[in-house]
Amino acid sequence: MSERLHYEESASFNRDTLHYIRQAAEFGLYEIRGMGAKRKVPTFDDLVLLTASASRYPLEGYREKCSSKTVLGTRFAKKPIELDIPITIAGMSFGSLSANVKEALGRAASEMGTSTTTGDGGMTPEERQSSKTLVYQCLPSRYGFNPDDVRKADAIEVVIGQGAKPGGGGMLLGQKVSPRVASMRTLPPGIDQRSACRHPDWTGPDDLKIKLEELREITDWQVPIYIKMGATRVREDVKLAVKAGADVVVIDGMQGGTAATQQVYIEHAGIPTLAALPLAVEALEEMDVFGEVQLIISGGIRSGADVAKALALGADAVSIGQGILIALGCNSSTYVQNGEPHDAKEGYAKLGTGPGFCHHCHTGQCPVGITTQDPVLEKRLTPEVGANWVKNYLQVLNMEVTTLARACGKSDVHHMEREDLVALTVEAAAMAKVPLAGTNWIPGRP
Amino acid sequence: MERVKNFDLSRTSVRELNQFLHHDLNAEHTDQVEILHPDGAHSIAAGVNAPVHIHVRGHAGYFVAGMNQQADVTIHGNVGWSIAENMMSGRVHVKGHASESAGASAHGGLLIIDGDASSRCAISLKGGEIVVGGSVGHFSAFMAQAGTLVVCGDSGPNLGDSLYEAVIYVRGKIHSLGADAQEEPMGHADYDAVGRLLNAAGMEYDPKDFKRVASARKLYHWNSEVHQEY
Repeated sequence: MSERLHYEESASFNRDTLHYIRQAAEFGLYEIRGMGAKRKVPTFDDLVLLTASASRYPLEGYREKCSSKTVLGTRFAKKPIELDIPITIAGMSFGSLSANVKEALGRAASEMGTSTTTGDGGMTPEERQSSKTLVYQCLPSRYGFNPDDVRKADAIEVVIGQGAKPGGGGMLLGQKVSPRVASMRTLPPGIDQRSACRHPDWTGPDDLKIKLEELREITDWQVPIYIKMGATRVREDVKLAVKAGADVVVIDGMQGGTAATQQVYIEHAGIPTLAALPLAVEALEEMDVFGEVQLIISGGIRSGADVAKALALGADAVSIGQGILIALGCNSSTYVQNGEPHDAKEGYAKLGTGPGFCHHCHTGQCPVGITTQDPVLEKRLTPEVGANWVKNYLQVLNMEVTTLARACGKSDVHHMEREDLVALTVEAAAMAKVPLAGTNWIPGRP
Repeated sequence: MERVKNFDLSRTSVRELNQFLHHDLNAEHTDQVEILHPDGAHSIAAGVNAPVHIHVRGHAGYFVAGMNQQADVTIHGNVGWSIAENMMSGRVHVKGHASESAGASAHGGLLIIDGDASSRCAISLKGGEIVVGGSVGHFSAFMAQAGTLVVCGDSGPNLGDSLYEAVIYVRGKIHSLGADAQEEPMGHADYDAVGRLLNAAGMEYDPKDFKRVASARKLYHWNSEVHQEY
């Protein structure tokens, strides 16, 4: 046997697997972590846009207008949400994020004319004040959920699940359950908080319909009601959400992030965002409500190209969580305090990781002051600095979307269509239901 | 003098009723609202935020008095799921029986059910007080965080599963306790609490006949000894 084979790594029992088994054997508990799936799955990167040439003509990039106005909630609500861009900020709780970060998100969203979303833990006054358009989540835990804030909301999002942990409940470990967070959630400070995975007051889709009617009654049918779900049985779930009376359906693919959940959920539950989106669109089309019920897609959206491709596949808007955190400095080697950059590597080292690899949101020891309730750490990101970074990020995304839309010959980002896309891989072609590049072949289609 | 307004739901929609309750009580100086022929309608008096007396004359559906604030609502009949869900304050009195998830996530106020409540009564309770004259079904007070549930009859299986700081008092038999729930000795504060709530509910039982159930707090922090409970 050659020497090389003495060091041949097993594909089944590689170093990651060995580490996993040894950790399980040592501690007797599964791993909990933050962020989203790290495994490689087909993404929007596997699609490309067929921009204009002789058969289509483009719009002038710097001279011709391309609208990105986005309206959500036109089905039943008296006051639909009107946004300047098709990019929204996903629900992330006060508790998982610091109050500074929540305020920064509100400021950035307001400046860019888009919405931000509360999270599992209720609405903070800072968040409401800083957010021109705020979506208030109604989650299974109902932490901090109250009628006064319901009436202050611009839309309500009933969360059935999220892409990082479809079928699972929320989690906030004790080190992040500060006195303020605990008070908002009616919990003792410092305990490991485990949210329910099912709503307390309804169970199935027939009940959900009645629940939505109750929320509409409480809000006098003024504001849109979204239903958010993790991407699993997307076609069936979207149809049930429509039947229940949703104005907007939000589908969160498996790359969607979380502040904390079991690793086994993150990597092994749900389907990729790329696969989920066409299923949701088909469900709306089959129910003849495409365009009447708006669709938001989320889960690993990072760039303007991702947004453009999602819109071309039929989404009305996207929602971003992790990309926003990265814009705030998540996984950066430095943080800015008092206008000066500071090295954050020591903070990462204490967590046993380094910038670029961190997923330790659950610890509350975020070295760059984002996913923390620690009074020292949270000073590492001020609302002013964070808001500027998020605003810039959203601005770039929207500039990229409009750039691509113009190049496709569209004067409105919502005019991009499935025919503008082809896939670079067979897998992506099958999931996105667009032709493999250079062919007319869509796998699974005659 | 009390000003009474009548709504006959065989002729008027729930939407019109709730619109009135949300916006027009003061303008019409209404102190009491009589709701006739509810016939199982849902979301009656949902989202009320006023010190008004509301009488529902008959059986009602889901989410009656949902998210109630201040109002005193009496249902002269049975109710469907989630009566007084997420109530913040006020008083809701069901003269008959209540279906599932009665008082779910209630943050405050008093819910009285003269008859039985079904499963998951007081689920996710966050500070509200509930008195059930009859029995409650399985998984009642599941993940109840704060507040009090008094059960004058029996409880179904898995009472108080994953309790936080809410306290349960049961006069009759407890079929079984849920994960992390434990029976504890009654103290003077418990007798006082039960006596006060029974008095508020108009129920004449001896507080000494009640058992106390509260959290063992073994699930408050992750640990491998109780893995089966997760």
